[in-house]
Amino acid sequence: MAQEAKNQDLPPLVTRKAVKTKKELDLLLGDKGARYYKEMEVFPVDTAALKKTLDATCKSRLRTWLEICAHCSLCADSCFFYLANDNDPKQIPSYKIKSTLGELVKRKGNVDTKFMINCMDTAWGKCTCCNRCGMYCPHGIDMGVMFGYLRGLCFSQGFVPHEMKIGSCMHWLYNAQMDVTVEDYVETCEWMAEENEEYYPGLEIPVDKVGADIMYVVNAREPKHYPQDLAEAAILFHLAGESWTVPSKGWEGTSLAMFAGDWACCKQQVEGVYAAMERLKVKRYVGTECGHQHRATITEGPYWAGRKSGEPPAPGLHYVEWVLEALETGKLKLDPAKKIKEPVTLQDPCNYVRNHGLTDVTRKIMSYIAEDFREMSPNREHNFCCGGGGGMNGIGRYREERNIGLKVKREQILATGAKFVVSACHNCWDAIRDLEEVYKIGIKWSFLKPILLEMVIVPDHLKPKEE
Amino acid sequence: MYEFVSGPLALISFAIFFVGIIIRIVWYVKGLDWQLDRVAYSEKLGAGIKGAARSLFHWLLPLNRTTANHPVFMAVTYLFHICLVLTPIFLMAHVVLIEESWNISWVTLPDKVADYMTLAVIAAGIFFLIRRLTDPNVKILTTASDYIVLAIALAPFITGYIAYHQWELGAGYKFWLIIHILCGEIMLIAIPFTKLSHFVLSFCSRIQLGMDYGIKRGGTKGRGIAW
Ligand code: HEM
Ligand code: SF4
Ligand code: SF4
Repeated sequence: MAQEAKNQDLPPLVTRKAVKTKKELDLLLGDKGARYYKEMEVFPVDTAALKKTLDATCKSRLRTWLEICAHCSLCADSCFFYLANDNDPKQIPSYKIKSTLGELVKRKGNVDTKFMINCMDTAWGKCTCCNRCGMYCPHGIDMGVMFGYLRGLCFSQGFVPHEMKIGSCMHWLYNAQMDVTVEDYVETCEWMAEENEEYYPGLEIPVDKVGADIMYVVNAREPKHYPQDLAEAAILFHLAGESWTVPSKGWEGTSLAMFAGDWACCKQQVEGVYAAMERLKVKRYVGTECGHQHRATITEGPYWAGRKSGEPPAPGLHYVEWVLEALETGKLKLDPAKKIKEPVTLQDPCNYVRNHGLTDVTRKIMSYIAEDFREMSPNREHNFCCGGGGGMNGIGRYREERNIGLKVKREQILATGAKFVVSACHNCWDAIRDLEEVYKIGIKWSFLKPILLEMVIVPDHLKPKEE
Repeated sequence: MYEFVSGPLALISFAIFFVGIIIRIVWYVKGLDWQLDRVAYSEKLGAGIKGAARSLFHWLLPLNRTTANHPVFMAVTYLFHICLVLTPIFLMAHVVLIEESWNISWVTLPDKVADYMTLAVIAAGIFFLIRRLTDPNVKILTTASDYIVLAIALAPFITGYIAYHQWELGAGYKFWLIIHILCGEIMLIAIPFTKLSHFVLSFCSRIQLGMDYGIKRGGTKGRGIAW
């Protein structure tokens, strides 16, 4: 009783509005999810608002998809969750969307709390928005797109996984997925440049250099947890002789808000990056080895920002595109003797492969770095999600589901016979790391940058002077 | 009775069918929204058309992975649809009727071929039905309306077959002919109002997804949607 009274005094954690203040963020961070999900169980649905949102945003494309689905089940085996869960019919993409968004639309938003929690558990716990199923449906029904939409509805009603709520809040507060401020970031850049200058004389990480050719944008995890990644990027740009810069404001390219379905926050986030492009008058954008950074800022971002052309203010490249260009133009030269000898395989991230067609780019890069490159099967646009996409890696509530889903990737990797997986995506990298932790199949995994750095030939004039 | 179902009722059903599908197409296109869908439909129309053409091409022909992965089902469904669409349009008896009323005509199928095509539709329909009743994947998705829609689609073929072969079945040719015409009319009317609207909306959806891939998801960088 006393406990209950105490809980009632605390401000609520579950809210329909996005959380935008430090105080609320601290409250959320102070809870590991227990109180949050408990509150959610009795959190009412604002059915009138839900209906209004549906009327305004659920248009002919989505309604047609829901209506004409032939209930043929051809999409079943396109989804890795279906396969990983021993062909459980409840994991058929069509079933998952029909029993959630389909019902929601049919009932015109007149649903209860339990229903919304099931929507949440499906939209985040049984789908990574990898968009693979859409390629296999004879009607061209893309369930990944619909789950993305459903996430937005869930978010607007407060039914969103704890970590996703925190993620969107981070973006509102810091314009980054983690609590890294502009000052923190700039300091990290300076620190990394200093740290490595000794080995690479003249190395800098130019902040806010107007008119640079390239504006390099990162994932907040890099300054926060892997600053070495930032240094590696800087060294490679330096060795390639690029004119490049990092923005102070607008330095973060990812968007957990996209995974959370907080569309207003997506807009704010991406507009910050676009403002930096315009402020610095750069020729091109290069985003780090992260899939959803590319998806959020380059592929989807223009639409959130209201850019009719569907293009960002400056052409957007994924890191792999820059790498290939540097290799092909000879800006970066690799020592062929240092090519990886052991079998290597490659993880194709959904966000820039299936959803942006960068298939040949990574394969050409592999031809520069690996002697025995082994394709996964299926691969390219047909590759399976790593198992941790769409925010799944970060959500504690669905850890079990995530680990089961990883089985498909495990089998794919094992079938190649390779013990080394190249992954130019943070999410895939994490999923593969966790895969090894859970299933212990004896693999290594790596981003491209460390591999390139091992092999790159440092031009004489950039070598440290012998004293 | 025959005069009524084959005269005014036929006209009414055709009118509902045509007006209905046109309304559905217009409604579909008007509901597309570049910002909500996140596809720059008009700004990048060229890339969009390319993507749409690829999307249609790979699915109107069996050049897609779903066909490779599910050859039996896809063979049946291609056969079902081809026969279902072509048989009524090119059936001699139908063309003759139209010629008598409007003085226009076109090539016809030999009756023997049309007969086999009708059987193919019915056989495929039975295959779908059995699959719905037995395959756990299909069962979990199936609703009552799926059966109704399947019945609406098959009825004109079953009754047409009975009438053509002049089977009595306790009622006589005239009866089955009238029932056949009614079933055909029910199908026409049902198309705009049920899942059978996929007759046109499937094309809309394929074109839309093709444009999405052609415009945004790699069409300008990679291959667009790859099959
Ligand atoms: C010519 C345009 C058409 C296209 C592109 C088309 C496409 C499709 C597709 C992609 C499916 C899903 C896969 C399958 O279950 O076979 C399907 C199913 C179906 N179609 Fe069509 N269709 C067309 C015309 C029609 C028409 C005119 C009818 C009948 C009036 C029809 C009746 C059906 C039925 C009954 C099914 C479901 C079969 C089942 O129970 O599994 N289709 N169609
Ligand atoms: S493949 Fe397409 S039409 Fe068939 S059940 Fe899946 S979503 Fe529906
Ligand atoms: S988008 Fe991916 S994870 Fe989601 S239902 Fe489709 S195939 Fe499964």
